[in-house]
Amino acid sequence: MNIAKSPHTIRTSGLGSCVGVVLYDSSKKIAGMVHVMLPDSELGKSTKLNVAKFADTGIHAMLELLKSEGVRPFSIKAKIAGGAQMFQFGSNDTIRIGPRNVEAVKKELKRYSIPIVAEDTGGSSGRTIEFDPATSILFVRTVNAGTQEI
Amino acid sequence: MNSKNDITEMHLDVLKEIGNIGAAHAATSLSQLLGQKIDMRVPNVELVTFDEMFDLAGGTEKVVAGIFLRIEGDLTGTMFFVLTIESATQFIRKLTGDAAFTFTDVDDLGMGASALQELGNILSGSYLSALSDFTSLNIYPTVPSLSIDMVGAIVSFGLIEVSQYSDEVIVIETEILQEGEQGVSSLAGHFFLLPDPPSYRTIFSSLGVL
Repeated sequence: MNIAKSPHTIRTSGLGSCVGVVLYDSSKKIAGMVHVMLPDSELGKSTKLNVAKFADTGIHAMLELLKSEGVRPFSIKAKIAGGAQMFQFGSNDTIRIGPRNVEAVKKELKRYSIPIVAEDTGGSSGRTIEFDPATSILFVRTVNAGTQEI
Repeated sequence: MNSKNDITEMHLDVLKEIGNIGAAHAATSLSQLLGQKIDMRVPNVELVTFDEMFDLAGGTEKVVAGIFLRIEGDLTGTMFFVLTIESATQFIRKLTGDAAFTFTDVDDLGMGASALQELGNILSGSYLSALSDFTSLNIYPTVPSLSIDMVGAIVSFGLIEVSQYSDEVIVIETEILQEGEQGVSSLAGHFFLLPDPPSYRTIFSSLGVL
């Protein structure tokens, strides 16, 4: 979970079932990225919770972080990528973790009335994503399809 | 046994022995299957962060052939067999007799995918039956599943279970080497065994080191 300001970019590589959530303010040219691994902090079975890896707590924490940087909540938009189903077998709960992460992220964004401007989710390919706060472009690279801009 | 403070050197040694016995059986199977010399290194057992786990497998963005399966029964966990693209290509060529096989179209691997999946089936079977004999635990592998993609995308999937408990994982890793031209051996891939945290206790008590 990190923040970048223009001219710097922010990236995360090798997203599989995880979802990369970019929350950005295009006028202030600032962006935060959350790497969501699990849909719900209720799934956490440890006493100390790493807020960054759950959809609900991660998005909340990033919004707080952006606010502390002077970003007004209503100017925040989102682009999301990831949530692939990498394998066809496995325990039932785990196998659908990609789609479940995407659903959870969308639900949280809706809760805070943050519009999703672009998304590249689902499928069965890993993604490396990079966001440029200066242009609000999200670059999505997969092994098969090369790099795309969303 | 869930906190890392409870895991001692002796526990790690026991896990290392598991990696040793399991991987040795699997390497023997692989060698017989391919009719070529396969070596393995001394297993590496570590408590690592997720990022370190990706590094062990070659780095988040490196493209590999990953065979994944879950372990069920008395102990639960995840097993990966991660092969370099070069070795996977070579193994598939040997197994299918198709000397022209390549990974150019990963959505249509045809026989190659079946061959690699079967390879995963056989290797995980030998690894786990050795582990089962050693620990007297009942262990069942699920059908293996194959993905050709970035290490981060493949391996993170196996960390989902663990991530509900912790941001660190005990990994039992064994490097597999194959002999190439002029007797020079090169890295073919890795076995990764990731027991789910609730199973640490099961393994240790079955081996009398709780």
